Amino acid sequence: MKTNSSQKAWWGAAFAVIVVCALVPVVWIIMLSLKTPETATDGSFIPHQWTLSNYSDIFKQSVFTSALRNSIGIGLIATSLAVLLASAAAYAIARLKFPGKQAILAVSLAVVMFPQISLVGPLYNLWRQIGLYDTWPGLIIPYMTFALPLSIYTLSAFFREIPWELEQAAQVDGATPFQAFRKVIAPLATPGIVTTFILVFIICWNDFIFAISLTSTNAAQTVPAAIAQFPGVSQFTQPIGDIAAAAVVVTIPVMILVLLFQRRIVSGLTAGAVKG
Amino acid sequence: MTSGTVTAPQSAPAKPQRAHLSDRARAERNLGFKLVAPALIVMVAVTAYPLISTVVLSLQRADLRFPDANKFIGLSNYGAVLRAPVWWQVVWHTVIITVVSVSIQFVLGMLLALAMHRMIFARGTLRAIALVPYAIVAVVAAYSWNYAWSLTSGWIPKLLGLSSDPLSHPFGSYVAIIVTEVWKNTPFMALLLLAGLALVPDELLEAAKVDGANAWQRFIRITVPLMKPAILVALLFRTLDAFRIFDTIYIFNQGANGTESISMLNYSTLLDRLNLGLGSAVSVLLFVFVGIIAFVFIKGFGAGSGPIGESS
Repeated sequence: MKTNSSQKAWWGAAFAVIVVCALVPVVWIIMLSLKTPETATDGSFIPHQWTLSNYSDIFKQSVFTSALRNSIGIGLIATSLAVLLASAAAYAIARLKFPGKQAILAVSLAVVMFPQISLVGPLYNLWRQIGLYDTWPGLIIPYMTFALPLSIYTLSAFFREIPWELEQAAQVDGATPFQAFRKVIAPLATPGIVTTFILVFIICWNDFIFAISLTSTNAAQTVPAAIAQFPGVSQFTQPIGDIAAAAVVVTIPVMILVLLFQRRIVSGLTAGAVKG
Repeated sequence: MTSGTVTAPQSAPAKPQRAHLSDRARAERNLGFKLVAPALIVMVAVTAYPLISTVVLSLQRADLRFPDANKFIGLSNYGAVLRAPVWWQVVWHTVIITVVSVSIQFVLGMLLALAMHRMIFARGTLRAIALVPYAIVAVVAAYSWNYAWSLTSGWIPKLLGLSSDPLSHPFGSYVAIIVTEVWKNTPFMALLLLAGLALVPDELLEAAKVDGANAWQRFIRITVPLMKPAILVALLFRTLDAFRIFDTIYIFNQGANGTESISMLNYSTLLDRLNLGLGSAVSVLLFVFVGIIAFVFIKGFGAGSGPIGESS
């Protein structure tokens, strides 16, 4: 197809519309985080008085700093466990012949469709009884569980693309199936695993329902839950500047990951959905 | 690994391998079970206990405020929920939000997918930027739009010249919540559709063009039928997700102004009013709804062969 200048103009316009729609809310929350408390409610898009005080403010509050620590720690541990378990399962699904493949895929699909809110009540109850309420494992366990289906789908899609002749070659050379997996396939599988890791980390990082239901203090509260419970000046005023600054801080890590790994994330998200 | 070591033994074990086939097959099966078991056990254990416990609790009078009054009461909780006007109200709210937001997401997602598919320049940049709403924390997206719509702090009422707070009445609240959902979720819809678009061969479209089909005819007659599996998967995922809407409403108004969803009602019954019996009945009913939606999509429209990825 040849492109003439009017076509270019149309595509340029489409590009501009998409960029504006995608970015305006992000720019807005950044602008809001840079407003002084007095001008936070003036309703202008661009701050009249610029300040970084909201940021220094939140980093002085233990409710935010410990929430940030909890989010990072819980997210990394839950993601690592999910990707580890899912890698093993996905390898078996993509590669080995055994009955019961359909069962694990059916269970995964059921878990994906499970309304998470239905888990919250019983888990709240159980966690209080066995002492997991408001602890890291109390969030890691549900996060890992709900991350497993996506991890298994994405990883098995990636694993199917791997040139398995190499594995056979290694097995012919005398390697056991496990050695063949560890020494030959694992290095080839790394890009898929990294992509899955990022996707799963985003899910854990974003969670809100479990975080507000199963935690209550600095011990395990993650950032999304902490933001929603920031103490205001009074009961009826929200600390807009603090909330906006915390929102920007919690957004930055995922934004960097997405921009760096854009191509991989697109292929990872679509790989599980449509068979290639 | 050198090629010499690969080729040398290959010819030799060809015959003995046949004798060991059943051994190897058995070893492969065992390894398969061992590799799948941990993930399967975690998923079943963590979801099965709460599921069973929810069903059991839903058949009991179980109120954490009166822990000694627990008692088996059969289906009374379901009767109480299904007779309560508030239940049917939240179902209605949830259906409205789901249908409207998923429809808009589908139309915009398709346009976005077409743009990402056909864009003649800066395609990578476009995809990265389009991914931004997907990656943003749901709570952050909700706060950003909430403050944008609020009369006291936002730029949207100013832009639209509104004098009353749009978030103070149901219609404005619905518009704001649906806009937030659409903004956050359209990129994911577009990505799933984009994967479907990639399966449409260009030659087919060119051939139709030569035969005189215009752009709309080519889209409806060729592109859409060929990407039907991707469309159904995208709609299934998004519908299930929209039906469970919680975060956005919680941040906006915790269900005030007639925006309470099933998940909001479920949460407040369980964790604010601590009525585990009634709350569990709501959970089970929500689960049944989700099951029906999935069933209709998978059996009725034949979706689901895609996400499993194992159909062939």
